[in-house]
Amino acid sequence: MMSQTEMPGSNYNPAEMLICTAARLMTDNTTAFIGTGIPMLAASLAQKMHAPNLVTVFEFGGTGAILEELPTCVGGEATFHRAVAASGICDIVETAQRGFIEYGFLGGAQIDPYGNLNSTVIGDYYHPKVRLPGSGGGNDVGSHCWQTIAIMRHDRKRFVEQLDFITTPGFLDGPGARETAGLPPGTGPYRVVTNLALMGYHPESKRMILLATQPGFTVEQVLDFTGFELLLADQVEKNPSPTDEELRILRMEVDRDRLYI
Amino acid sequence: MEVIQTGLGELIQPPDINGFREWNRQKPKGLVDKRKTEAEAVHRLINDGDYIGTELYGTVRCPMSLTNEIVRQGIKDLRIAGQGVFELDMLLAAGLVKALDITYIGLELYGVSNCLRREVESGRVEKVVDWSNAAIAWRFKATAMGVPFIPVRSMLGTDTMKYSAAKVVKCPFTGDPICLVPALVLDVGLIHVHRADKFGNAQIDGISGFAAELARASKRLILSTEEIVDTEVFRSQPDRTIIPYYLVDAVVEAPFGSHPGEMCYLYRRDEDQIREWVAASKEPETTQEYLEQYIYGVQDHSDYLELIGPDHLQGLRRD
Repeated sequence: MMSQTEMPGSNYNPAEMLICTAARLMTDNTTAFIGTGIPMLAASLAQKMHAPNLVTVFEFGGTGAILEELPTCVGGEATFHRAVAASGICDIVETAQRGFIEYGFLGGAQIDPYGNLNSTVIGDYYHPKVRLPGSGGGNDVGSHCWQTIAIMRHDRKRFVEQLDFITTPGFLDGPGARETAGLPPGTGPYRVVTNLALMGYHPESKRMILLATQPGFTVEQVLDFTGFELLLADQVEKNPSPTDEELRILRMEVDRDRLYI
Repeated sequence: MEVIQTGLGELIQPPDINGFREWNRQKPKGLVDKRKTEAEAVHRLINDGDYIGTELYGTVRCPMSLTNEIVRQGIKDLRIAGQGVFELDMLLAAGLVKALDITYIGLELYGVSNCLRREVESGRVEKVVDWSNAAIAWRFKATAMGVPFIPVRSMLGTDTMKYSAAKVVKCPFTGDPICLVPALVLDVGLIHVHRADKFGNAQIDGISGFAAELARASKRLILSTEEIVDTEVFRSQPDRTIIPYYLVDAVVEAPFGSHPGEMCYLYRRDEDQIREWVAASKEPETTQEYLEQYIYGVQDHSDYLELIGPDHLQGLRRD
């Protein structure tokens, strides 16, 4: 699904790169709110690599699942397989609301320089050009988790200066805006992982900043694929390629049926 | 309380908490046999224009047998609280939806819903009001608590808030802005469970989504169940009851009632059938052909199971 920017000659595809980069951001013994798709694969890979005690939290009630079988939806049996608790959506989001969930992994159709996400409409709200699925749990994750990590495809249509609709809060319109709006202090976007790059946010301006490029891509290419002015870290790192071990586990254990990769 | 912001969205169903109390007062509390066919339950309990809600997560525990019956009977102008995948797609495909309180309607792994796009982009769904997932669940929870709203920290600062029917107020205790979501009282709730008795006591295995909240936020509640069991199952293990009988108006036996969705510990979802729907839903003509083949063209749920095929269904069972 991400073939348009596939790196020629590599032994892995962009989806695999994305999953490995996201998995490396997952920390052992932390709580992580896992959304549908790529985050599930990343969490499964992380558990099998460096984070066996990653506490996965799924919106509809699964807490602490061991991701042996890949979930195909946020409520499937795999989301509470050998879990420590199986509750419901109110319990899970209330757990996030009272500050128990460190990381939230999110997707979206569009992202802006402040990490706000759109998954609701393209075009005018009342006469949409494209009606997208809607917030789902996205807004809740972006409101309550301490640090959110967006996982996206990287192109100019998705990385835009102005969203058509802010579904999920990033830093809204800049420093202090979340707190002014009433969102919990100290929360907000942390990282953006794409097939081209890894980004963070400038500590003062809260605008997106390029931290590292994915293997095979240059800083210029990343800027060219971004529809807004992307800040640059003092030293932009180069992300390592997926290791043989990561690829083996991903292909042989995480997504055996190649549903996603 | 000082109101800081009022969402632009219309309140599709007003939070009539006193009316709900009166309704609950007159609701029969006797242990009566509520078993019905899906045709009877849907015909007697759902009317054109009703505000309905389905409880499920993704394709898990979808009340599909009941949804298919609504489509078969053509109950129209429905107002719906939408966190849905397969079942809301069917209602949209059949053109039965007039207004949506929406949080997520999509096909997860298979992308956006073609039916949602067609129905909303054409304006055939007349009203769409957006919320977060938890906001809708909390709206049910407010009704379940018997209060007109619940304060939450979701939606603040976003267009999700701006276009919803929520309000932001200055908290009278902390002084900080807080979002109030209004109680959502359903005319009819639909839930598919693992087992129920003939009176309506019900158990769900695994995660429970928002079943407890939705059941308690419904004026009329229709359960479909994989099996009907003896009341002793509940009396001997009352801590496992998620829905007590007095909330329930009809109990419909429906093995494989979530098909092509799944039922945890019992059967997997039917990936082939879902792919068939995803492909069919791309064009209006093929969408109607699908409805014709699997809904209009069959008499009832057992007829549908015959069409899908007993061997095929057996293959979906968990060991």
